[in-house]
Amino acid sequence: MNHPLPPTQEAPPAASRRRFLNTVAAAAGGGCLLALGAGLYARQASALPAQALRPPGALAEADFLAACVRCGLCVRDCPYKTLQLADLGDPVATGTPYFTARAVPCEMCEDIPCVKACPTGALDHALTDINAARMGLAALVDHESCLNFLGLRCDVCYRVCPVIDKAITLESQHNPRSDRHAMLLPTVHSDACTGCGKCERSCVLPQPAIKVFPITLAQGALPAHFRKGWEEKARHGGSLIGEQVELPVRGLDAPLAGRTPLEGRVSTAPAPLPPPPAAVANTPRSLDSQWKP
Amino acid sequence: MTPAARRARAHPGAEALAVKGWWRAQRWLLLRRISQLGILALFLCGPLLGGWIVSGNLSSSLTLGVLPLTDPYLLLQTLAAGHLPYQTAWIGAALVAGFYLLLGGRVFCAWVCPVNLVTDAAAWLRRTLGIRTGRTPDAATRYWLLAGTLAAAAVSGSAVWEWVNPVSVFHRSLIFGLAGGLWLILGIFLYDLLIARHGWCGHLCPMGAFYSLLGRFALLRVTASGRNACDDCMDCFAICPEPQVIRPALKPTGPASPIVTSVNCTACGRCIDVCSKNVFKITHRFDPRSPS
Repeated sequence: MNHPLPPTQEAPPAASRRRFLNTVAAAAGGGCLLALGAGLYARQASALPAQALRPPGALAEADFLAACVRCGLCVRDCPYKTLQLADLGDPVATGTPYFTARAVPCEMCEDIPCVKACPTGALDHALTDINAARMGLAALVDHESCLNFLGLRCDVCYRVCPVIDKAITLESQHNPRSDRHAMLLPTVHSDACTGCGKCERSCVLPQPAIKVFPITLAQGALPAHFRKGWEEKARHGGSLIGEQVELPVRGLDAPLAGRTPLEGRVSTAPAPLPPPPAAVANTPRSLDSQWKP
Repeated sequence: MTPAARRARAHPGAEALAVKGWWRAQRWLLLRRISQLGILALFLCGPLLGGWIVSGNLSSSLTLGVLPLTDPYLLLQTLAAGHLPYQTAWIGAALVAGFYLLLGGRVFCAWVCPVNLVTDAAAWLRRTLGIRTGRTPDAATRYWLLAGTLAAAAVSGSAVWEWVNPVSVFHRSLIFGLAGGLWLILGIFLYDLLIARHGWCGHLCPMGAFYSLLGRFALLRVTASGRNACDDCMDCFAICPEPQVIRPALKPTGPASPIVTSVNCTACGRCIDVCSKNVFKITHRFDPRSPS
């Protein structure tokens, strides 16, 4: 239209309809753009970072983000100030509760006040036993710096574990470095670990060797069709495919199998007979050093 | 515009201040500030003084350990995202929705919402400095945005608007001592100051749009019952955060009721304050009095 509208109160129906459609289109477009922007921002930031753990009883992350109204009532009811609300710009969804194990771990209150405080069920009220909580899963990630892996007796993560001897056990292994000591390796068991984070909090190293991650990050999964032969065998009281022919394994039939020096193994001479007991005590290369603490 | 008119536009209510005195020229504004800050104080008592009256925030709260209140707009987003909340949230949302259905939805905006403090400040500065820049979006944008936030929640399965919702982010920032949300509020302040007059609260905020929808049957209303005394000074239009709601009551084309029935009226009472002719007053929806 080249001419301006006549200066009347009422615009012609076509013009007013066009103006209305323009307005609606602009408003709808603006609204959609803003919603889309918020949606894209949320999608980008909706992956929980490795060091952020949800409170006990939290639904799976996707469901949690639908259910949580970001009111902070769980944060207020946490007696140890473990929980905090994510600030805008944090890598955790704005306003949702989380905790960082290395900063303040979960003290695993028996009455679980944070779960009771949740008005929407983002924290599942079905959780009544704090030992059943799965906030995350500990993993001893650094075998190179863990003092127990170095053969020392630190054991702090094991000692502080609220589910001691179930969630973390010390597994005794031969120490190949000294060749005479044991290593007691802290070992996490996913069937008992609540992910409270006390092990990570108390690890004595400047950077913890044991860390607690959200379960999806910490845990692998076997394929659904996978069967463990030894379990199936135990369940059925015997091998499912009949007894197998036991074949000798070359090299393993020698008495010092696995610890024989290389030059002994490549020699074509028959394996040397075990020396008499008196000689054993004097041979440094022998398996049993007779050392006693 | 004459210099006098420009001055009046920059300082609406100057005449009322001279005629009615300090208290009556800003009574409703002061009451509103007391309400807004008082509600913040109720939330802050616990964290600052250790005496818990209300814990949580505007999204969902617990008063004195017994009274649950939940923002019905948030409940709606949660439902759209595909989560069926617990009974506590339903009871809280029903109480809040019932309260605002009775009193008037946008009463939340004027008397409770902390963003109102910011946008009022921006509007005051814009008036005082005489800033006329920018472009105001259509006032219906907020309803589209409201629909967009619910659609985004349904599509993404997550309450995505709550990542950036300035109302809940600001309130949470104040109550929980977070700083990140303040940038968002600064953005809204600058938007209202430089780009659009009453841009956020009056045109964009989907939360305000939601509470507008709750205001259909609001009991608490402003009436222009003294409209015959109006001297067309335009102070009420200059100060009103939703100026379009005044005209049908104040300057009707026919013998219409003087009661402001628009759902967008926030019942802030500023028109009552700034009018030197006592045209407006707060009344209830069924006030039978005709204009004097």
